[in-house]
Amino acid sequence: MHPEPHEHGPDEAPHSHPDPGVDPHAPLPAAPRALRIGIGGPVGSGKTALVAALCRALGAELRLAVVTNDIYTTEDADFLLRNGVLPAERIRAVETGCCPHTAIRDDISANLDAVEDLEAALGPLELVLVESGGDNLTATFSKGLIDRQIFVVDVAGGDKVPRKGGPGVTTADLLVINKTDLAPLVGADLAVMDRDARARRGDLPTVFLSLVQDRAAAPVADWIRALVAARVPAP
Amino acid sequence: MSLATLLVLADGRLPAGGHAHSGGLEAAVAAGRVRDVGDLGGFLRGRLHTTGLVSAAFAAGACARTGDFRDLDRGLDARTPSPALRRASRAQGRALLRAGRAMWSLPELGREPHHPVALGALAAAAGLGPREAAVAAAHGTVSGPAGAAVRLLGLDPYAVHALLARLAPEIDRIAADAAARTDDPVDDLPAAGAPLLDLGAELHATWEVRLFAS
Repeated sequence: MHPEPHEHGPDEAPHSHPDPGVDPHAPLPAAPRALRIGIGGPVGSGKTALVAALCRALGAELRLAVVTNDIYTTEDADFLLRNGVLPAERIRAVETGCCPHTAIRDDISANLDAVEDLEAALGPLELVLVESGGDNLTATFSKGLIDRQIFVVDVAGGDKVPRKGGPGVTTADLLVINKTDLAPLVGADLAVMDRDARARRGDLPTVFLSLVQDRAAAPVADWIRALVAARVPAP
Repeated sequence: MSLATLLVLADGRLPAGGHAHSGGLEAAVAAGRVRDVGDLGGFLRGRLHTTGLVSAAFAAGACARTGDFRDLDRGLDARTPSPALRRASRAQGRALLRAGRAMWSLPELGREPHHPVALGALAAAAGLGPREAAVAAAHGTVSGPAGAAVRLLGLDPYAVHALLARLAPEIDRIAADAAARTDDPVDDLPAAGAPLLDLGAELHATWEVRLFAS
């Protein structure tokens, strides 16, 4: 365990590792409250496209809804409606007052209200996806809002992103490195990203994704399916 | 009365949803009515003497109650002609209750009381008095849009806080007046209104893209 920032060699930025001897996860909430998964990441990394893919993959098998914190336009809604097979009443938008990270971390009240309103309107849900507004590498979700979080980066943002770290890359329960189909075009080395992600994240999982090639985001959908299946059944 | 408790209640970092509301400033900016620090000074003064005055009176009134806040809640409905502003006030009241329940033991207030009513009840539950509740209410009606102006217009944050500091004596006066009138019938409490804020809020609610909830 190396909780304090340190370096291994002259080529590395200071970093820290999670304690491998401690399970970093709180127990999953018991049904019937929906499992809440936060999806964060920098602007343009593909969060909305991933949400659409997950709705497409999981919409038929799970009772799900989406809360979005992005600057939300009719195009975004149309994008989800057209691509995600998700009816409009299952999507809520939250305004963030120019501070997307505040709404998911420091003051989560509007997001909690949105989740509760969805559950009140739609009945018990199994899964709520909370999509953050596009922010930066330091944005993470409060544990008061979500149960697990996914951080999405893309290869076009530069293959140095995993090495730069930040709480999203380092501590997210799942790191998604998106748009791998662009890697040859932008000169990104996926092996470097994989190695750096492992160094940053210890045992926490990382998946590579190309929504062009995998429209159902299979590795992410499977990760979510396992979480839903692992929930404590209602007494 | 604990001054430190008042700071907890009035802290802009209190997780009670306020950061997502601009107090009408986003609409005023879009309409070209607020462009610089000078404009903002006028906007804040106007807001303090309308919304601030009413909020302070109702927060003080709620703080002086032990139960049944319904007439205060209805009184605020009557003083808020814009449906969008009624929704914004109730959304912030609900968020404030969520924060308050984590800190103090609250009376029954319903699901979505108006924000000043929730604030007054929280202040009482925290052991504060009507004057402190009114100070927090009046201060909140100007500190929220001031922060929104820094984010929306990129104004110099020192100049904006100088505006707030200059308003502080007026906030104190308004709070003292509010605390002296907690026995007044609800119908006699201040009913100052700002038609441009009402109209701006209704237009704002129809925008396809907005950064603030109100």
